[in-house]
Amino acid sequence: MINPTEYLPKSYHRRVSTYWWLARRPYLKFILREASSVFVGWTVLLTLLQIWAVTRGPSANAAFHEWMRHPLMLGVNVIAFLFVLFHAVTWFSLTPKAMVIRVKGQRVPDWAISGPTYAVWVLVSLGVAWVVLRG
Amino acid sequence: MAIKITIEVARYNPARDHEPGTDSYDVPLHKEWVVLDALNYIKDHLDGSLTFRWSCRMGVCGSCGMMVNGVPKLTCSTFLSDYAPGPVRIEPMRHFPILRDLVVDTSDFLVKLAQSKPWIIRKVEKPLDEEYVQTPAQLEGYKQFSMCINCLLCYAACPIYGLDPRFTGPAAIALAQRYNMDSRDEGASERLDILSKQEGIWGCMFVGECTQVCPEHVDPAGAIQQYKLTAATEWLKALVLPRGAKERP
Repeated sequence: MINPTEYLPKSYHRRVSTYWWLARRPYLKFILREASSVFVGWTVLLTLLQIWAVTRGPSANAAFHEWMRHPLMLGVNVIAFLFVLFHAVTWFSLTPKAMVIRVKGQRVPDWAISGPTYAVWVLVSLGVAWVVLRG
Repeated sequence: MAIKITIEVARYNPARDHEPGTDSYDVPLHKEWVVLDALNYIKDHLDGSLTFRWSCRMGVCGSCGMMVNGVPKLTCSTFLSDYAPGPVRIEPMRHFPILRDLVVDTSDFLVKLAQSKPWIIRKVEKPLDEEYVQTPAQLEGYKQFSMCINCLLCYAACPIYGLDPRFTGPAAIALAQRYNMDSRDEGASERLDILSKQEGIWGCMFVGECTQVCPEHVDPAGAIQQYKLTAATEWLKALVLPRGAKERP
């Protein structure tokens, strides 16, 4: 930052509070969205561990499932699932902000850009569910 | 007797105070009064030393931005009655150094604004007797971003700017994007080199509050996300395309 003014060098610089993100609801939402990345990472880690357990045979897979049934794991994973949902929704809401498409001079409405991303999300989720649950 | 509302005003006199304090004033609560009217009432009738910026009183000049109950607002278009029964707390715009009372130093923004080159850049200027023709559709492409009145509410709302003052910030980037999208401009490449840095567009973490507080609906957050997409595309093109095809518009 440059020196404010030569004729009046004194000015008061405020320090941003450590708890600035508690001051307003939008800031808290932003911090929760950023924190959701941790739970996305956790979900990815669990998926990799599950794949690893599957590759090590039925007993390792059964042990993994037993571990996942632990109340603490269930609790953590419910919270992680909610954060991952929040992460995905905020990401898809961002898409129309970054992609401005014009057709015949008119800006395509936000829902027409974010809508297909939600549709693909649902389709991919259904596909994964089909692969996992078909027995 | 008119109903009154209490206004708590942050005060700072650089010649006397080590840090800002607060003075309270009771002002009449008229339903047609905006916060700026209350401040002018205080200055005219209660305390002539109160210092604040204002000019047009109609949301055009962008000089009366302040924090009203912790939210950046143009005080000329913020009705006092919306805060009844009060009190209403008025503070200088957050994230800027305070010069006196409600007046902040915006020099940092002015430096960043100049760096983002918010003017039409031509590789070769046309002769003076030739026009740069632009269709209404081309105007519509950048008009939203051209509505910025430099009120700096977006900087006061942006926690990233508060935490890292090196961040170019919302308005300067939105104004760069305004010229990038102008059909007469040929300077997008120059601006991208300046703004595609960590303290430029990549400093933005998309809090989105700049767009929420903008009185002119400029949507700086949208401008920055679009800029990021452009920068990422240009980076990819530079990576995969042969040398001759890398020329940017």
